[in-house]
Amino acid sequence: MAKKQLVRVKVNGRDRQAEVEPRLLLIHFIREVLQLTGSHIGCDTSHCGACTVLLNGKPVKSCTMFAVQADEGEIITVEGLMQAGQLHPLQQGFKEEHGLQCGFCTPGMLMSCYALLKNNVKPSEEDIRWGISGNLCRCTGYQNIVRAVQFAANKMAEADKKPEMAEVAK
Amino acid sequence: MIPPAFEYLRPATIPEAISLLQQHGEDAKILSGGQSLVPMMKLRIARPAYLVDINRIAGLSYVKEEGGFLKIGGLTREAELEASSLVRARYPILLDTVRVIADPQVRNLATIAGNLAHGDPANDHPATMLALRARVVATGANGERVIPIEQFFETLFTTALQQAEILTEIRIPIPPAHSGGAYFKLERKVGDFATAAVAAQVTVDPPGVVQKAGIGLTNVGPIPIKAKAAEDFLEGKRLDATSIAQAAQFAADASQPSSDLRGPAEYKKSLVRELTKRALSRAAERAAK
Repeated sequence: MAKKQLVRVKVNGRDRQAEVEPRLLLIHFIREVLQLTGSHIGCDTSHCGACTVLLNGKPVKSCTMFAVQADEGEIITVEGLMQAGQLHPLQQGFKEEHGLQCGFCTPGMLMSCYALLKNNVKPSEEDIRWGISGNLCRCTGYQNIVRAVQFAANKMAEADKKPEMAEVAK
Repeated sequence: MIPPAFEYLRPATIPEAISLLQQHGEDAKILSGGQSLVPMMKLRIARPAYLVDINRIAGLSYVKEEGGFLKIGGLTREAELEASSLVRARYPILLDTVRVIADPQVRNLATIAGNLAHGDPANDHPATMLALRARVVATGANGERVIPIEQFFETLFTTALQQAEILTEIRIPIPPAHSGGAYFKLERKVGDFATAAVAAQVTVDPPGVVQKAGIGLTNVGPIPIKAKAAEDFLEGKRLDATSIAQAAQFAADASQPSSDLRGPAEYKKSLVRELTKRALSRAAERAAK
């Protein structure tokens, strides 16, 4: 067995570390070592995107990199979306617009959409479809996923507007 | 799928990386974006005993024009090329190419240099680099050497890179005025390798006579193919439906596809003909702008 290596990461805002074999894939590190089982293993061949997490702000397929590569990095998984007991607007959108059926692709879908909305607060339908082009949904729920992202974008835009209106009211 | 065990090495500089590659010889493999290597290790097609992770080497990630070349650093990610305002403004052929490589998550990690150094004829950048007459910089123990892309692809998964060399830069000669290029790919779904794809780059003099043409073909032979007869035929000709059709035929003749799950060889040949027509027509439109 190859020498174990220390992996230090910040996951959903919390510092975590463990000694692991270099061949341990990031998805196995997240699910089995850190016990965060929200991220899924779908195809295990870099196609489906169910294992998508954010590494240093960018969505990556955690089945297609080694945990040691993420050392000193910052990871956000689906467990990191909920804040102060409140669902993220994307999670609300997926609920309200029925953006999932079986739900298996959802953790990866949410992370790709989260990154999309970080870079583009008002995505067009084409932008959304482009943003999730690395995530497969086998229940063919893309239509509702697009609606769910639009729901979230609108909700986030409203939330941004409110402080401004409060400013004007002063 | 669990890859075989390996030792993980993470050099901080190019000399350190080269020395590790020399030390471990054929047992070592460079880990760059890893978007081809990691899947191959999971399938146990690749079983390196040592992985030399070059991702922490500073200063290898850039897209810039300098000294007559567009220079792309050895660790530049596909997503960075896609987002580059320089590429968006001046190199639409590169934007065409990068947008049809895999999917957004893969492009966040995958590198342009890795796409070339992997030596896979199904990869997309090789054809475009052939059309653009790029050069690659290989850095080894004795310093840098520059390899013309035409001499880079040797056999399936084998390039002119030596075992202890790293592809540190790609240099594309800045096209003169009245140049244009395009990449057309047919894929079954997003993220798939090309059934066939064609890159075309032309430089015309203002009335529309071709001064220089570059045509590269993806996934229709054991290595990426430069359609030389088609390029030679076009030079000195006016780009019109007749000359484009003739050049497309030369390109189809240069292809050597095999029948596989993406279609029979005859179909792929006719696809090369059609995609060459489209790529040349788009290249001509862009050159006229």
